[in-house]
Amino acid sequence: MKPLLIVLLLLLSPLANAVDAYQFANPEQQAAYNSLVTELRCLVCQNQTIGDSNAELAADLRRQVHEMLQQGKSKADIQQFMTDRYGDFVLYNPPFKAKTGLLWLGPVAFLAVGLLVVFLVIRRKNPTQPTNIIEDAEKLAAVHRLLTEKDTENLS
Amino acid sequence: MSLPPFFINMLKFILPLVLFVVLAVFLALGLNLNPHDIPSPFINKPAPVFSAPKLTAPTEKLSTADLKGKVWLLNVWASWCVSCRAEHPVLNQLAKQQAVVIVGLNYKDEPDAAKNWLDTLGNPYTVSIMDQDGRIGIDWGVYGVPETFVIDKKGIIRYKHTGAVTVDDVQKIFLPLIATLQAENP
Repeated sequence: MKPLLIVLLLLLSPLANAVDAYQFANPEQQAAYNSLVTELRCLVCQNQTIGDSNAELAADLRRQVHEMLQQGKSKADIQQFMTDRYGDFVLYNPPFKAKTGLLWLGPVAFLAVGLLVVFLVIRRKNPTQPTNIIEDAEKLAAVHRLLTEKDTENLS
Repeated sequence: MSLPPFFINMLKFILPLVLFVVLAVFLALGLNLNPHDIPSPFINKPAPVFSAPKLTAPTEKLSTADLKGKVWLLNVWASWCVSCRAEHPVLNQLAKQQAVVIVGLNYKDEPDAAKNWLDTLGNPYTVSIMDQDGRIGIDWGVYGVPETFVIDKKGIIRYKHTGAVTVDDVQKIFLPLIATLQAENP
């Protein structure tokens, strides 16, 4: 019974992956398709690419990408087509412009602030000039004496 | 650089407090934003052209050219869409006022299920067109149903609403906008 079940499940397994079975004219087209579906956002389930998502819209957009590639459109054409309709949000790799400036420069600014804080902390904790706290020679001698004396003797 | 010690001590308390407040403000803003409200790149751009079969008479077609000179709404709906059910009475009310042409884009739906929906819940649409494979939807940048576009007499998209339209939206946004657009010259 068990082997039969395993065989049955193995026979069914291709179905799980058969999301789309698109034919491509050449390997370049296939490569463009594979890269586009990982760069375009599914707008229904927003943290997935259209390649990852099972949403109907994602399937429709994959079909659109495939069709446009077959018509000989370039990757840039397809990205333009998508941003014309869905805005920059559809791109996982948004272009650098005024509106997305914070998105691109924010991490750099945070890094700069972090480095500044680290620099300030290190500078405060490590004075470059070691200083003698006790400058009076007599007191210094007393300290040395105390440090070299035996523990039992300085309990008083 | 030698700041007075009391100032440095104050800074130790004030700086984390300021950072906390800034972070809290950003998080509060983030919580109140709707991530599904994506600004449409179509505002003030010409509406994408379509020519699609009518739901009730599939042999006839409606195209964007037929609507030139009219202020119209494009409401994207489907019988499988839950929010559309909530929105439907509001659209019925709006239709009664006859302020605007309401075109329904029946998105990725079964024609029979769609017709049945209109028969039972009422039909607010001047006309509904079919988009069974979702191509018109893609052209209009539709990503969630329902969505409602307001198009002016020149065929320019002036407003887009994502999600169910409420009575409040109709009173505060749609009716004033429609009145303004109706007053414009074609």
